[in-house]
Amino acid sequence: MSLKNNLHNLKEKYKGKKMAPAFNAIHTFLYAPNETTHSGSHVRVVDDLKRTMNTVIMALVPVLIFGIFNAGYQHYAAVDAANGVIRQASLFGNFLTWDNFIMGAWTVLPLVIVSYVVGLAVEFLFAVIKGHEVEEGYLVTGMLVPLIVPVDTPLWMLAVAVVFGVVIGKEVFGGTGMNILNPALTIRAFLFFAYPTWMSGDKVWVHQAVERAGGPDAISGETVLGFLAQGKSTEMSYSVADMFFGFIPGSVGETSTILILLGGLFLIYSKIASWRIMVSAVVGALVMGLIFNVVVDAGVITETSKFYELMNFTFWQHLLVGGLAFGIVYMATDPVTGAQTNKGKWYYGFFIGFISVLIRVFNPAYPEGVFLAILLMNVFAPTIDHYVIRGNVNKRLKRAKNATILPSDGQGKSEELKAETV
Amino acid sequence: MSKDIRIKKGLNINLIGEAEKTTSKAVLSNVYAINLQDFHGITPKLLVKQGAEVKAGEPLFYNKNVEDMLFVSPVSGELVEVVRGARRRILTLKILADKSQEFVSHAPLSPENAGAEEIKALLLKSGCWPFIKQRPYDIIANPAVTPKAIFISAYATGPMAADLDYTLKGKEKELQAAITGLGKLTPGKVHVSIGKDGGSVFSNIKDAEIHKVSGPHPAGLVGTQINKIDPINKGEVVWTVSPQDLVIIGELLLSGKFNPERIVALVGSSVKAPKYYSTIIGSEISTFLYASGVNTENFRVINGDVLTGSKTKPDGYLGFYNNMVTAIPEGDDYEFFGWNKPVFNKVSPTRALTFSWLQPKKKYDLDTNTNGEHRAFVVTGLYEEVFPMDIYPLQLLKACMVKDLDEMEQLGLYEVAPEDFSLTEFICISKQPHQQIIREGLDLLYKEIG
Repeated sequence: MSLKNNLHNLKEKYKGKKMAPAFNAIHTFLYAPNETTHSGSHVRVVDDLKRTMNTVIMALVPVLIFGIFNAGYQHYAAVDAANGVIRQASLFGNFLTWDNFIMGAWTVLPLVIVSYVVGLAVEFLFAVIKGHEVEEGYLVTGMLVPLIVPVDTPLWMLAVAVVFGVVIGKEVFGGTGMNILNPALTIRAFLFFAYPTWMSGDKVWVHQAVERAGGPDAISGETVLGFLAQGKSTEMSYSVADMFFGFIPGSVGETSTILILLGGLFLIYSKIASWRIMVSAVVGALVMGLIFNVVVDAGVITETSKFYELMNFTFWQHLLVGGLAFGIVYMATDPVTGAQTNKGKWYYGFFIGFISVLIRVFNPAYPEGVFLAILLMNVFAPTIDHYVIRGNVNKRLKRAKNATILPSDGQGKSEELKAETV
Repeated sequence: MSKDIRIKKGLNINLIGEAEKTTSKAVLSNVYAINLQDFHGITPKLLVKQGAEVKAGEPLFYNKNVEDMLFVSPVSGELVEVVRGARRRILTLKILADKSQEFVSHAPLSPENAGAEEIKALLLKSGCWPFIKQRPYDIIANPAVTPKAIFISAYATGPMAADLDYTLKGKEKELQAAITGLGKLTPGKVHVSIGKDGGSVFSNIKDAEIHKVSGPHPAGLVGTQINKIDPINKGEVVWTVSPQDLVIIGELLLSGKFNPERIVALVGSSVKAPKYYSTIIGSEISTFLYASGVNTENFRVINGDVLTGSKTKPDGYLGFYNNMVTAIPEGDDYEFFGWNKPVFNKVSPTRALTFSWLQPKKKYDLDTNTNGEHRAFVVTGLYEEVFPMDIYPLQLLKACMVKDLDEMEQLGLYEVAPEDFSLTEFICISKQPHQQIIREGLDLLYKEIG
């Protein structure tokens, strides 16, 4: 085990030096550290933050692989469509092909690499400057970011957004565990507000659509929500099965509801993500969708309204399109920025689902509300927790009214506890 | 009327090395020691000089803040060494035992007929008082304050815990005397919690309310039981006593003698033949550790159990409150890809490629490795699964860390002791020192509000 010994000697050499956190980050990646317990419990469970984050990444890998194939598939489907051929998606027929994979990998993997390299560089820099260990939060954030952006997002734009998101979204609050807003969504929000033309429309969801625009070989691909928002649902050729399996345009990782569902089940089963948040968010989305359906059925909104098609969209299908499922499973369940009490998680999740569909329907500029809803509830999560905890405090105060406080004889009343006492 | 307590949240940690139910008499130790770290918050004032001869039960020092509170020598002999630490703080008193033991004897008291003041005075001067601890603050009880109730947990659920029904068998008379006597000191009740299955030495105890407890650890921690039976409110004080210490109190009342003998469980995977030893408080641990043998060079000796005990060495001494000594392997080694490979041989609260949930009855051989580095609190909702008290553990820990006295009070710091957070510390993914955080919080609250 010479590698182990060499690394151990290097660790001792770097101890106390500026570069120690950077070295330790790599060392602990290879070897679980040789640290032993000093105070309190002498034994500890095997789980650490690396393992927790790694489990989330494992749940994201199928989504990423599907996203790679889908990026290629949507490109070729759009080329076919420009030539007047409407494709029918079939998983083994025209989806899982080498052409799709190569085209998709060529587009998606640079996003993943830029996200990780830039984000981890910022993390290492802050760890060295502030002298703390490199914390694992960015392992998940770095994977989420490429999955929630349009395929053709320019890499420099992504790099700028990642720097902004990690510094302003996380490091200024003190790093992993201290942030108020989900860093991945902060990056998404930055992109959305700084470069809105790259984040919506019918050109950004398909590889090469932007560069070919206006030319003779122009292609395009509109998301399901895009069609609905423009009142053009009749032009849409996607079936409910397409939406469920994910053969539709959209951000890289958000389209395949079935894989997201499986990832969510894995996270619940492995006890890493909160099932309370997921369940209540789904309920919240269904309730809001149902309310809109009822309003339309009652005739309050007529077909002339620009909200008609989104409100008339069958309520449960909201879960299949856009980033709702992805947001609920992978983003709303972030333990740092979400509600921290079990009761609070129910409210937190419900409002995420509820507000997502609300924004989705009433936002004329951009028919997607998940990331805004989650960011909004990130801000309100401490408030929710505050009221939940007040409930516990009030119960204790009420109980204290009947306290049996017995008289003390005052004698030998203990003096202040001195620091040097044993 | 007794109330049954059923605990659902918690976690039993099954470890290799439970004590076999046979008892040997440990070799007599040459040197006995009183470790002052056992008495949190006490300012000691020595009563005898180094080199002085003391009898068993003779006071060695008193508590400067409560001068009646005496701490006595477990054996007769010569005070050979006063070990001091930084700023001349006394750490340990070592007594070289005489060949023949002489005891200080007090006049026995009949627990039924004696008055509260008589009992209190006897406990204080005989050195038995430190066995009584109080909440809030988890310190030795202040004799000037009358407690609302006294709680005794006779149901041990901790990892490899000594079986109290085995170690206390035949001591029913002493236990009854102690409970009757202590009952005089409170206008409230003496609550005794026993296992649901019965057969406890406490089953037929009088003058106490018996509660039947069931469920996983920490069902046996007295803090959990207080929270379920009669929670502590602001301003209230309760006392707690461990069953093995009741025996010593009972014997004092009946015979007038401070007899520091007790049966100790020697457990842990590093011990070749884990079993019970009858020994004396303050004995050198090697007197029985090596009688059972150890199977590794690199191990850690713990006074108490793996969750709450204090680190010591083979040539350390049995603690004042401990009825068990644990020896487990040290984990000061690296593990290749320890953070992502599937794990079958360690305990985990999750199923993140960890498979301890498959075999809930399996016994594990855990070492002292932290299995990861210290991090900020990230994961939520896990502590609640092993924390049965009506308290928000994460929020209380955070209140202690930021020294917010109001929050600490309102979230229930009065009700807890560090040991109540031992299980949350065990499962903590961020490897935060929960017990230390709570201890510092309690000390701060005591200093500011007292």
